[in-house]
Amino acid sequence: MKLTQKIKYDADRTVGFGESVARLPGCEGLPSCIQCGTCSGTCPMSIYMDLSPRQVIGLVRADFKKEALSCNTIWLCSSCYACTVQCPREIGITEIMYALKQRAIREHTFPAGFPIAILAREFTRMVTRKGRITETLLVMKLFLRANWRAALASWWLGLGLIRTGRFVLRQEQIQGHRELATMLAQTKETGEGGAP
Amino acid sequence: MKYHYFPGCSLKGLGRAYEESLLPVMERLGVELHEIEDWNCCGATVYMATDQGNACVLGARNMALAEKNGAGDIVAPCNACYLTLNKAKHCLAESSAIRRNVERAMAEAHLTYSGNLAVRHPLDVLVHDVGLEAIRREVVRPLTKLKVAPYYGCQAVRPQCTFDDQWNPTSMDQVLTALGATVVDYPLKTRCCGGSLTGTVPEAGLRLTYILLQEALRRGAEVIATICPLCQFNLDGYHDQIARRWGAVRIPVVYLTQLMGVAFGMAPDALGLKRNFLPAEPLLAMS
Amino acid sequence: MKVKDDQPLRIGFYVCHCGHNIAGVVDCAAVAQYAATLEGVVLSRDYKYMCSSPGQELIREDIRDHNLNRVVVASCSPLLHEHTFRTAVAAGGLNPFLFQMVNIREHDAWVHTDKAAATDKAKALAAAAIRRVARHRPLETTRAPIHPDVLVVGGGISGIHAALTLANAGKKVYLVERDPSIGGHMAQFDKTFPTLDCAACILTPKMSAVRAHKNIVLWTYSEVAKVEGYVGNYTVTVRRKARYVQEELCVGCQECVEACVFKEPKFPDRFNVGLSRRKPIYMPFPQAVPQAVVIDPERCIELKTGKCKKTCLEACADRHAIDFQQKEELVQIHVGSMIVATGYELFDPRRLPHYGYGRYPDVLTTLECERLISSSGPTGGELRLHSGQAPTAVGFVLCAGSRDYKTNRWCSRTCCMHSMKLAQIIRERTGAEVTLFYIDIRAPGKGGEEFYDRALAQGVKFVRGRVAEVSDCPLSPAEQGKLIVRVEDTLAGMVRRIPLDMVVLAVGMEPQANAQEVRRIMNMSCSAEGWFLEKHPKMAPVSTFTDGVFIAGCCQGPKDIPDSIAQAGAAAAEALALIDAGGIDQEPNTAYISEEDCSGCKSCVDLCPYKAIAFDPVKEKASINAALCKGCGVCVAACPSGSIGQNLFEDQEVFEEIEGVLAHA
Repeated sequence: MKLTQKIKYDADRTVGFGESVARLPGCEGLPSCIQCGTCSGTCPMSIYMDLSPRQVIGLVRADFKKEALSCNTIWLCSSCYACTVQCPREIGITEIMYALKQRAIREHTFPAGFPIAILAREFTRMVTRKGRITETLLVMKLFLRANWRAALASWWLGLGLIRTGRFVLRQEQIQGHRELATMLAQTKETGEGGAP
Repeated sequence: MKYHYFPGCSLKGLGRAYEESLLPVMERLGVELHEIEDWNCCGATVYMATDQGNACVLGARNMALAEKNGAGDIVAPCNACYLTLNKAKHCLAESSAIRRNVERAMAEAHLTYSGNLAVRHPLDVLVHDVGLEAIRREVVRPLTKLKVAPYYGCQAVRPQCTFDDQWNPTSMDQVLTALGATVVDYPLKTRCCGGSLTGTVPEAGLRLTYILLQEALRRGAEVIATICPLCQFNLDGYHDQIARRWGAVRIPVVYLTQLMGVAFGMAPDALGLKRNFLPAEPLLAMS
Repeated sequence: MKVKDDQPLRIGFYVCHCGHNIAGVVDCAAVAQYAATLEGVVLSRDYKYMCSSPGQELIREDIRDHNLNRVVVASCSPLLHEHTFRTAVAAGGLNPFLFQMVNIREHDAWVHTDKAAATDKAKALAAAAIRRVARHRPLETTRAPIHPDVLVVGGGISGIHAALTLANAGKKVYLVERDPSIGGHMAQFDKTFPTLDCAACILTPKMSAVRAHKNIVLWTYSEVAKVEGYVGNYTVTVRRKARYVQEELCVGCQECVEACVFKEPKFPDRFNVGLSRRKPIYMPFPQAVPQAVVIDPERCIELKTGKCKKTCLEACADRHAIDFQQKEELVQIHVGSMIVATGYELFDPRRLPHYGYGRYPDVLTTLECERLISSSGPTGGELRLHSGQAPTAVGFVLCAGSRDYKTNRWCSRTCCMHSMKLAQIIRERTGAEVTLFYIDIRAPGKGGEEFYDRALAQGVKFVRGRVAEVSDCPLSPAEQGKLIVRVEDTLAGMVRRIPLDMVVLAVGMEPQANAQEVRRIMNMSCSAEGWFLEKHPKMAPVSTFTDGVFIAGCCQGPKDIPDSIAQAGAAAAEALALIDAGGIDQEPNTAYISEEDCSGCKSCVDLCPYKAIAFDPVKEKASINAALCKGCGVCVAACPSGSIGQNLFEDQEVFEEIEGVLAHA
């Protein structure tokens, strides 16, 4: 039997992390959590999460930044807001998940080739460059970057789309795409993305 | 009744049947939808989750473009667009840091955002502006005997929805009843369909879709009505994969507006019904 | 400046630190130094606790040693200590009204953080009081008599206990209850925690005692419509609704119920929370007090259409207790004090659609479950599902609607114990598996923790987690036909789906729907949540801000039976203390008319809310009865000729106060 120490020392904490999250718009409710678990119970994805949403909230509040940023929970959040609606303390749990996701992206604390992160990257890239999303192209990119086997497995889906006249290969692009890129770059420079 | 219309990327792509049915149905009901010129992607929750500041720029540009064309609410039929635009509006009103940021970006394009326009879901417009009575008046082929499970999806009524209950909404039920259909009691009506996770983590996303389909069938529904392009795609697009994993749960999934069009006597072809993977026409022809 | 009797002004000024309460924000020494410079002030001190015995002694000695003729104390609210300091001033040999109090705690230190600004504000307030007190004149208090009768509103366990306590002490009590029987929620309970003694066995003797007591006038099916007057002298109008049965003639034989043209009971029975049916003519419940039937005018064919065979009348025969002509009556009574014990109502779980109440018949409230296991309940004490079968797995969802910002933010304090009680009874009687879903188990107080232990020992399962949803959507064969609870077992650290037969929602208490109306009638205040507000949360827990009106039981906030009874006893004792004092000192802040200026216009006469102003037709002048005047000041402001003055609120006193405040600014 291999033994590992589960104890946490105070040095493992990133003091001030919880407060920095609680200062973000929509995340102010963090300190009022009573750890009732409604968020986890109501979350449709929680059955796959390595840490339940409740545990993530607890870790963030206790300044365990490394643990909170490296769980799969924040990536499995599907933004359905069920937790936010049900939380008896009206905590913006979805917003907190967003905040952690933004932080994890900034600090590159997610597994390489992780499809959810790749979709996020490809999605934002396409919007930034073209102004619109062409879904079929986006999905193809995702498959190529994340899992080409999945692409093969989904060949029938592509056929179905062709059959129903929804397979689009021409990239949608807005007239003002250059202007939009400038606008988005404008905020990038200032580094005020809203992330902690 | 005049509105700015924000179709969103899906209604021009995978969800084009939604637009194909929404536009004639709204026109029939005297609702004018004016598409916002050169609108851009709302960013969806993906962008909002990864870069809130820029996501608000995306939203603000669309709303500013609409403002240029005068007063009137914005209608956003895709649940994700509806939520994201509303959220951008909310962030802009609440956070001065985000507002400053967005104003700087808007100056680049000589646009101004005042935040005066409301962003609304067509379901809200149908029930509260058009009214059930007006809808009932247009019904020439009542959907008598058709058993429909109303599926709202999650983002139409959350998190800041003001037009219906966040857990047990009833506005679509009311519209369906007005069409003459039988509404099946469907407790999963706001349960998440898996969203983009169906593409990225199929084993998790498909399970949610499967539960939704199975429960609708178990409750005797013959068709599921949706109001969101991603919900429609997730519920309609993976029947084969689901059958392979858990057994067949075959039930057609259509847009509410398609059902309305059928009830209003419009031709199925004109409503994009041919675009379904699992055809719904035989069923709708019967009723 | 000189005072009226040409004595030079000699004001003593005291500023209190109140420990850190005031001194933590206000520089008290600086305030004292500043006050010393003001006109008329001959002595100015700051002191740690002015309300302490040495503090009061200080005032007494200073009056003697320094020949003071006015005193100002800057400290807390006059509500707390005005009486204390007036007494000290009187003990020093001065008239107690040659005193003025300044509130620099609630009005200053507690609401500001900027120390310099708060100190400035304290100085301004002190200056105002010092200028005001110079104008004060000696006044005398008067003593008003107290009517010895007491009104108790609400016939639940709190009202019953208060009424019996007062009646046993020889006071006459009017007990007014809205429902056709007294007993309240306690009458619906099977057993009581933590002792598990039978609720009916301990309650019904008290209910009968009320009925039999010669000092208690019991009016059920009645409501307080109007309250006039003031402490010691209230006139109350009671609306006695038509019962259509002469209470004194009915013997409770219920032959009329048997004979009713409705052969089967058809209408939801309130006592069994809709789980059983009753007829239009019915006995509220078997142990009802009074033992008299009542007719529901919404359901009775005779009362609705006048075209019934009236078989009930025949059954009642020559007792003639049934009276279809009975009309609602308004009765006036005089009392000196009142105890409000109007109780609570339960949270409506329909507001939580995800728990499925109203959608799934086997999702119940704790009260419904209580009726199902009560031997006087619709199933004779057999716990049954909607299908008629016995449940094998029952779950309790705690905090249903409680501790939730979207519904009720408070903890109702009794639901944990209540649920553990029901869980134990179900374990004992049926052997069904019982699971309690909780956020925190709150079992404080005598016998509470032991009760929790007992539940654990009986095999009740405790899952720590607030239930997210109750559904009937199965995902496995084991879940078919069950109610499925989805919850995070937060101690085990995993999300669970648990199939159950019956789900009981532990709904909390909330203020009665008509609490605001009662508050208005009784002239009380409410907390933000809608509970009736006590005068002080610790020091005056059963008093209200209206003298002579006391509160008891759950109308003040959620509590269990022992606490309700303790509070009812306290409220009765407060009423007794008031009555036995024989009279009450009245603040001499009454209005008076200077006859030479009164034009006899009578505009004040109708304005007076206390009917204290009369018009003398001979002199053609108005006159104020000081015993009735409550010092509200309405007539003073309204008098067109300025002929009405008010003690303690003379124009000059108020103007000086205003100028004092402005002078410092």
